[in-house]
Amino acid sequence: MNTTTAARWIEACEADAIDEEDVMRFDHDGHTYAIYRSPDDEYFATDGLCTHEQIHLADGLVMDHIIECPKHNGRFDYRTGQAKGAPVCVNLKTYPVKLDGGKVFLGLA
Amino acid sequence: MTGAAQPESMIVIGAGEAGARAAMALRESGFAGRVTILGDEAHRPYERPPLSKAALTDAAEPQAAFILTPDRLDEHGITHLGGRAVTAIDRAAHEVHLADGERLRYDRLLIATGARARKLALPGATPENVLYLRTFEEARALRSRLAPGAHIAIIGGGFIGLELAAAARARDADVTLIELAPRLLARAVPAAIAAIIAARHEAAGVRLRLGTGIERIEAEGERHAILLSTGERIVCDGIIAGIGAVAETGLAERAGLAIDNGIAVDGRLATNDPDIFAAGDCCSFPHPLYGDRRLRLEAWRNAQDHGNAAAKSMLGGSDAYQAVPWFWSDQYDLTLQIAGLADEGRETVTRDLGDGARLDFHLAGDGRLVAASAVGPNGRIARDVRLAEMLIGKRVTPDRASLVDVSVKLKGLLAG
Repeated sequence: MNTTTAARWIEACEADAIDEEDVMRFDHDGHTYAIYRSPDDEYFATDGLCTHEQIHLADGLVMDHIIECPKHNGRFDYRTGQAKGAPVCVNLKTYPVKLDGGKVFLGLA
Repeated sequence: MTGAAQPESMIVIGAGEAGARAAMALRESGFAGRVTILGDEAHRPYERPPLSKAALTDAAEPQAAFILTPDRLDEHGITHLGGRAVTAIDRAAHEVHLADGERLRYDRLLIATGARARKLALPGATPENVLYLRTFEEARALRSRLAPGAHIAIIGGGFIGLELAAAARARDADVTLIELAPRLLARAVPAAIAAIIAARHEAAGVRLRLGTGIERIEAEGERHAILLSTGERIVCDGIIAGIGAVAETGLAERAGLAIDNGIAVDGRLATNDPDIFAAGDCCSFPHPLYGDRRLRLEAWRNAQDHGNAAAKSMLGGSDAYQAVPWFWSDQYDLTLQIAGLADEGRETVTRDLGDGARLDFHLAGDGRLVAASAVGPNGRIARDVRLAEMLIGKRVTPDRASLVDVSVKLKGLLAG
């Protein structure tokens, strides 16, 4: 953990609550996040709303390392938050994730 | 390759979704020459889907949802000339003529002129008493009519009419919706799903007059009166017609390009002039998933996908366009999504997605999945419709029981 960012680790869910190559919504302190489990069994987290029209990404489809918005199919690489083309052009913010005791924790600044 | 082997100048006529996407896609494909978008509206390219939704209902005065910021246009070296109507295409000289007399030379030309609202041909209907919705300016004009307590008559039970009805109810206007066909959405949506939408509108207080013709429109003091074929007389404060769209083919026709329910293009979106392409609502194209059936689609996703595909073809690509048609509509808390062509189906299998959401799979006579239509909260239906779209593109013949059983993940069928 990078002490200069002083992240708080927030418990989000059980690790096995998310299927491989899937996503789950997590709401905390008035903010919505999306937590991903990749096909190679790693966990990632991003802001929960699409940067195009504020739609919940957790209702979208995960294919490989891409989350696709359920409204207009804007695509992001959920590992980096990078927008992958029209209609989305603004990247998603990402958050650090750690597993501890079979649970997923989000690192919030 | 045809024409100039190394094209220097790409011109896009039409500053809508297809044209803007094509201009960007030319750059994304590495084209370094001139890219010019000509639009007859003054605005930079903007998204049209919100015009019948958020632009009418948001509390704040709406802003156009621009697709390209000035910075992005600059960054990509794309010239957008707004308010510059094209009057003619000179194919021999490879020039477009603008209304102000200027002529611009092209090596490849993309026509992405879209469609215009079909006008009501009825006794008493005038440009003053009947409003239409196609542009941002028209959306602003409509919005000002949707006042609480105002009575709005909507003519046409298609997507535009229904989204307008939902927007008007959201603004507490009273709504009567008149449709000639015996049910809503008769062209594109299966009856069972149209019935769910009809029930939702009635629950919201919209008065539906289905299977109902209109005799004429007359003045009623400062208001209007619509005389129906049933003898009913509807007195209202505003009339909006959403009775379909007509492809903007005038320029192409005058240039001698082939027309067939829109500008006729081949699988590469090329017209019968190898240096001229067409994309989006204005063109009809053969679809390989449906036996090369010629389609003209009025849909946002198709406009985007066409823009991308046309750019590649303009640069010499030979791929045939084959994206699965996909469409959505938002009304109240419901989203409707359709992937594929439901009218190609001979049998329907229904998956219950919970919360009143429903997904119908349409299977052809040979059992192949050709379409999926769904209605419900967007979050309930979107993922499965997206997977259905991918299954349609793979031309799968799915096991019916797996489609119905919600414990079977559709994603699993993709691998098979």
